Amino acid sequence: MKISEETRRKIKYESTAWAFVLPYLLTFSLFTVLPVIISIVFSFTDFNMLQMPHFIGMQNYIRLFLQDDIFIKSIGNTFILALITGPLGYILCLLFAWMINELRPIARALVTFIFYAPSISGSMYLVWRAFFSGDAYGYLNGFLMNTGLISSPIIWLRDENYILPIIAIVALWSSLGTSFLTFIAGFQGVDRSYYEASAVDGVTNRWQELWYITLPLMRPQMLLSAVLSITSSFGVGAIVTQLAGFPSTNYAAHTMINHLQDYGTTKYELGYASAIATILFVVMVLSNFVIRRVIEKVGT
Amino acid sequence: MAKFRIAKKRLNRSLGGDISIGIFLALFGLVMALPMVYAITTSLKPADELWVYPPRFFVTNPTFKNFTDLFRILDTSTVPFSRYLFNTVFVSVVGTGGHVLLSSMCAYAICKFKFKGRSFIFQLVVLSLMFNTTVTAIPNFIIMSKLHWVDTLASLVVPAFGSSLGLYLMKQFIDQMIPDAILEAARIDGANEFRIFFGIVMPSVRPAWLTLIIFSFQGLWNLSDTNYIYREDLKPLNYALHQILSGGVTRVGASAAATVLMMVVPIVLFLFTQSQIVETLATSGMKD
Repeated sequence: MKISEETRRKIKYESTAWAFVLPYLLTFSLFTVLPVIISIVFSFTDFNMLQMPHFIGMQNYIRLFLQDDIFIKSIGNTFILALITGPLGYILCLLFAWMINELRPIARALVTFIFYAPSISGSMYLVWRAFFSGDAYGYLNGFLMNTGLISSPIIWLRDENYILPIIAIVALWSSLGTSFLTFIAGFQGVDRSYYEASAVDGVTNRWQELWYITLPLMRPQMLLSAVLSITSSFGVGAIVTQLAGFPSTNYAAHTMINHLQDYGTTKYELGYASAIATILFVVMVLSNFVIRRVIEKVGT
Repeated sequence: MAKFRIAKKRLNRSLGGDISIGIFLALFGLVMALPMVYAITTSLKPADELWVYPPRFFVTNPTFKNFTDLFRILDTSTVPFSRYLFNTVFVSVVGTGGHVLLSSMCAYAICKFKFKGRSFIFQLVVLSLMFNTTVTAIPNFIIMSKLHWVDTLASLVVPAFGSSLGLYLMKQFIDQMIPDAILEAARIDGANEFRIFFGIVMPSVRPAWLTLIIFSFQGLWNLSDTNYIYREDLKPLNYALHQILSGGVTRVGASAAATVLMMVVPIVLFLFTQSQIVETLATSGMKD
């Protein structure tokens, strides 16, 4: 049997492609995809890490939505935090990166460092605990009492009215990480000859240049950062437990992640926790779908 | 005078805009720098200043006593400090290197080769980013024990190779920065795909993998909860520091010193890679 020249070339082409793909694909499938699939399967079981899991259909999901008031509350908190920190954080990342890109090289590296500082170490946001401390010696209380705006200290992180806004501020402040650096690198990838051409075509200021030239060329990075913003803004969890304690007063800042971690790592109801993760996953995928539509409109 | 003329030549830029951007960045920069400054001043505070009421933000009598205390405490641990350091350096360097290399290769093929399943793989990567890792810890543990990788450094290094972020990031940058024409030209010149990848693609997307190095290295460097490691001499540095220093109020100062020390390597790496990103500007003229 003879293999035609064209088939042979096609086989060579495809095998080269797979040689590039396979090493990553193997580790990715085994350590990232497989655990996710197992978790989704767990979400339909009563797995508690002691007994063999039994298939229980949609019961975890029904229990979450019909019997778990705290979960319903956590959905509200999660969405409030995501809607505040997500879009605002995203726009700030883009804006800061764009402004920093205007600086000269050495200054740019330094200012990038300062803005990225909250993400250098995982626990940087703990400084806010001293700032919002509930006694008269907390920095914020001290300042407000010195200026006479309040007469007695406010217990910021235990007061239902303040917890959620404070968490939102700290989450926003710490959100300038991955997306921000991605944008910084992305601006370097924009070919400068486009700017010269645009000046000839009648672009007269930096805002027009940003909207009509730079952003459309940055679409790949904008799509990537959208996913990263979604995962971090729907994924607020550690900040709540570290600042407001667990559980926060009257679950005032209890998020879906807090709920998930409570069942997954304290109560060992892994089936139930997996159901929460799956719901969160669906929510993120849907928001990503919406955001993609918005990003496609940029520059028009 | 020369400087002034260069400034004037920049396209679409006004002096007023430059100044307002400068002020804006300075204001926000102060807030962003706050925690870093706080961590450093705290690590330099003598014991009486750590507990002074009302607390002071800045240190008045800076001392390195917290750092000497830290090293004294570390000397008493059963596993030598250098062993923890080695574990963390090994995991961070090998894990980051492997992740950058494997995910870049895969991203290149997905961008520039037409084969069945390429968009499926890519969609899978994007989706996997959105699944919370708390619940995948148990399935991961099951996989590790089936592989007999519990209590090996491989359980930390190899999964890092296959993490999702690298592929998505590299794919987006290759899409943005590598025109097909330049690859065609190289193929006509007879270059094979591996030479094209290492000689053309990777040098052109330098800002991308320099950024990816930061993300990957930082994550592995700060690793502290290890579900797959129970042997004391294989634990990472951050875990060991937390264990040793959780010994109550007397160790608050040493603990602050440890936090600062843990930041040194990521900061140096960050500043190095960022300065390299800036340099690529000069070589970006190779695009069509």
